[in-house]
Amino acid sequence: MYPWGAPQYRRARRLCTNFMSIVAPNNSKPRLAARITGWFTEWVSDWGELVISSCIALGDFCLFILSTFRWMFSRFPKGETLWPNFYQVGVSSLPVVALTGTFIGVVLALQSSSQLGHYGLTNQLGGVINLTLVRELGPVLAATMLAGRVGSAMAAELGTMRVTEQIDALSAMGADPIHYLVVPRFLACLLFIPTLTIMADFMGVAGGYFYSNIWLNIDQHYYWTNSAKFVNNFDLFTGILKSLFFGSAISLISCYQGFNCKPGAEGVGKAATSSFVFAFIVILILDLSLGLSLKALYESWYPGGTY
Amino acid sequence: MMIEQLLDQEQESIVDVEKLSVTFGSQEVLKDITLRIPPGQTLALLGESGCGKTVLMKSIIGLVKPTVGTIEFDGENINQLTERQLSRMRLRYGFIFQNAALFDSMTIGQNVAFPLRQHGRFSDNQIREMVLSRLSEVGLPDSVVFKKPAELSGGMRKRVGLARALIMNPELIMYDEPTTGLDPIMSDVINELILRTRSRNPVTSIVVTHDMHTARKVADRVVMLIPRQRLDPGENQVIFDGSVKELESCRDRRVQQFVNGEAGERLMEMRANGHDQ
Repeated sequence: MYPWGAPQYRRARRLCTNFMSIVAPNNSKPRLAARITGWFTEWVSDWGELVISSCIALGDFCLFILSTFRWMFSRFPKGETLWPNFYQVGVSSLPVVALTGTFIGVVLALQSSSQLGHYGLTNQLGGVINLTLVRELGPVLAATMLAGRVGSAMAAELGTMRVTEQIDALSAMGADPIHYLVVPRFLACLLFIPTLTIMADFMGVAGGYFYSNIWLNIDQHYYWTNSAKFVNNFDLFTGILKSLFFGSAISLISCYQGFNCKPGAEGVGKAATSSFVFAFIVILILDLSLGLSLKALYESWYPGGTY
Repeated sequence: MMIEQLLDQEQESIVDVEKLSVTFGSQEVLKDITLRIPPGQTLALLGESGCGKTVLMKSIIGLVKPTVGTIEFDGENINQLTERQLSRMRLRYGFIFQNAALFDSMTIGQNVAFPLRQHGRFSDNQIREMVLSRLSEVGLPDSVVFKKPAELSGGMRKRVGLARALIMNPELIMYDEPTTGLDPIMSDVINELILRTRSRNPVTSIVVTHDMHTARKVADRVVMLIPRQRLDPGENQVIFDGSVKELESCRDRRVQQFVNGEAGERLMEMRANGHDQ
C-alpha cells in the first residue's frame, strides 16, 4: 500500500493541465467560473481520496501490529526461526553500529569543544558530550543506521517472498506468515536494537573521551567528574526506552512494507526504500514525543530538578 | 433417477464453490462461479491468462477472500473458520505454486520437511526418510537435499514443490500451471507425476493450466473460464464444463480457439479494448 505516491503525481499533472487550460484555453471556452468550480471540486476530491487511502493504510497497519502481538503472546516462535534473525540483527550489525557510535562521540567532542572554548568551559566537555550521546544521539543515530541496515533488508526479503509467492506458500502449508516471519523479526529488533544502542553509547563515550583527552588535552579528572555530574540513571533509561520504541517501529514498518510489496523488482525496491523513509520519519516523531513525555515525567518525579 | 444422481453428486462433492465473486479494488475478476468437485476427480481449469483461474484456486484454499459467495471443503465453509482452524484445514490441501515458491533461505531437504516440522510430531529420522522417499518418487536424487533452491533448474524446482505438497498426504492437490515454462519432455514428466500421484493415493486434483496437452492427458473433467471482459451480457464466466472429449467437439468459437491455439480476432479485440485482458 503506497497511498502517498500515485495520487500526488496524478494530482500534480492534473493541476498543471487545469492551470494551462485556464491560462491558455485552446478550444471553445466554458465559462471561467464553471472551470474554476470544476478545478476546485477535483482538488477537494483528490485530497479526500488521499485522506481516505491514508486512513485505510493506517488502519491496515494497526491490524498488522495487533495480529503480530496476538501471535507473539499466543504461541512463542520456535528457536529455528529466532536464531537466524537474532544473528542478522544483533551480531551482523555490531561493526556498523560501533563505528557509528565512535564517530558520533568524536564529532560531538570536536564540535562542542570549540563552542565551549569560547566561554572557557572546556572542562565541562565530558558532561555535554555524554549527556547528548546517551540521551539523544546514540539512540537516534543507531536506530537510523539500523533502519537502513536491518529494516531495508527485512522489507526487501519479505517483499521478495511476497512476490515469489513464498508467503502464500507458508499460508498454504498451514503456517501463519505473521507468526513465522514477523514475530521473530520483531523480537530480534525489540531485543537487539536497545542492546546495540548501549554498544553505540559505549563506543561514543570512548571516542569522545579519547579525542578530548588525547587531542584536546582536557584533564581526565574534570572530564569524568563533569560527566558523572551531568549524566544520571534517568538519562540512560531515557535513551534505552527510546531505542525500545525505535526497534519495534523499525521491525513493524519494514515487515509491513515487505508484506504489502507490489509485484516485480520495482515493487521490492520501493518496499525497501519506503520502509527506511517511513521508519526514519517515525523515529523522529517518536523521539520528539518521547522526549516531551519523559521530560514531563521527570519533572513530576523530581519537581526541583532540571531535565 | 436423474435428480437422485444429481443429489448424490451434490452430497459427495468435496469442494463446493457457490456463487463465488471476487473483486480486487474496482476490478471484478470472478463473478458468480459455481463449481462442485466430487472426490477423486482430476479437474483441469482452463482459460487464457488473466481470466481468474489462479484466483479461483487461491480462494478455494482460503488465500483470497471471496467478495460474495461461499466455499465449502468437505462440508465446512472455509471462510467461517478461525485462523487456527483454517491452518489445520490446510493440512488436507497440497498446493503447487506456479514458480514452486520454495523458501530460498532453506535447503531442499528443509523445504520438503517444512510441513512435517510445522505440524507433525515426527522424529528426525522419520522426517529424513519421508523426505528422501518423496524426493525419489518425483525422480530427484538424494544429493539435492543439501542444495538451495537457486541451484536447481526450473523443472527440478517444480518437482521439489510437488514433493513438498505431497508430504502430508493431502486429500486435495492443486497445481498452478504445473508445466508452464518447462520443455516438452519435462512437461510430460510432470504430467506423468500428476497421474502417478493419483493412482497411488485417492486424491482430488485441480490443475490450472493453459497447456492443452496436460489437460488431455490428466483430466477427467475440464472447466473453462474466460475473462469477464469477453463475456456476452448475462453469460456465465464458466463457458465450458465437461469431459475432454466434449471439449474437443464443443462448438463454442472461444473454446475452439483455445483448444486449437488460434488467436482469431483476439488481437483486434485487444486493440479495440486498449488492454490485453
